[in-house]
Amino acid sequence: MIFAEVSSDPIDTAALLAKVGSDEDGAALLFIGVVRDHAEGRKVTGMRYDVYAEMATEVLREIALEATIPLGTDRIAVAHRFGELKIGDISVGIAVSSPHRAEAYEASRFVIEEIKKRLPVWKKEHYVDGVSKWVEGTIPPGAGLEGSTHVVPLTDEGLA
Amino acid sequence: MSVPVRTLFFAVYRDRLGVSELSIDLPSGSTVADLVNELRGRGAPFDMLPEKPAVAINQIYSFLDEPLTAGDEVAFIPPVAGG
Repeated sequence: MIFAEVSSDPIDTAALLAKVGSDEDGAALLFIGVVRDHAEGRKVTGMRYDVYAEMATEVLREIALEATIPLGTDRIAVAHRFGELKIGDISVGIAVSSPHRAEAYEASRFVIEEIKKRLPVWKKEHYVDGVSKWVEGTIPPGAGLEGSTHVVPLTDEGLA
Repeated sequence: MSVPVRTLFFAVYRDRLGVSELSIDLPSGSTVADLVNELRGRGAPFDMLPEKPAVAINQIYSFLDEPLTAGDEVAFIPPVAGG
């Protein structure tokens, strides 16, 4: 059973973990990504996540499907949140289970790394001084743009 | 014959352009690159779009030389930062 969801609702980690697991699994793993209070030396007060919801749900499902290969089971549940998040809020949750731990760790890591490479989600950090800035992202693979640079200003600082 | 497409802008693109969505009629035979040129040719603020942005056609990452067909949804995808 693969579960993939993109939602503005808070992520229920217990529910996510409950979606995986079986009598043959000796390992179940829950990864959570959490909004932290600093970035590159600046104090962060919160984060806004934007998402291309229709596409992100499909991409998340694709990533989970691909993760069944290292995992060796189809017991993966992944949720990504969007909207305004506070420090300590959970932005992403990944639950996997497998007969042995090595596969669970590998698959969980695969899912979060692929999310960062290609999930159409963006985050804007809010700093304590009132300034906000889009986090510099990764150009997703598959669009033939490897090596391209991105020149759009990511913050209103210094702009008229 | 024109090719009407729906373009979507997210995150920093939406902030800079001040719009999240535009409907555009392109000449038949147009590609994604033609759409990018049409938009950038409008001048500020559209000339802030990269010459070679990442795009998705109908929610699938696509190359810039991809031909467009009527009703396509073309999303401009800034560098992604999920997790």
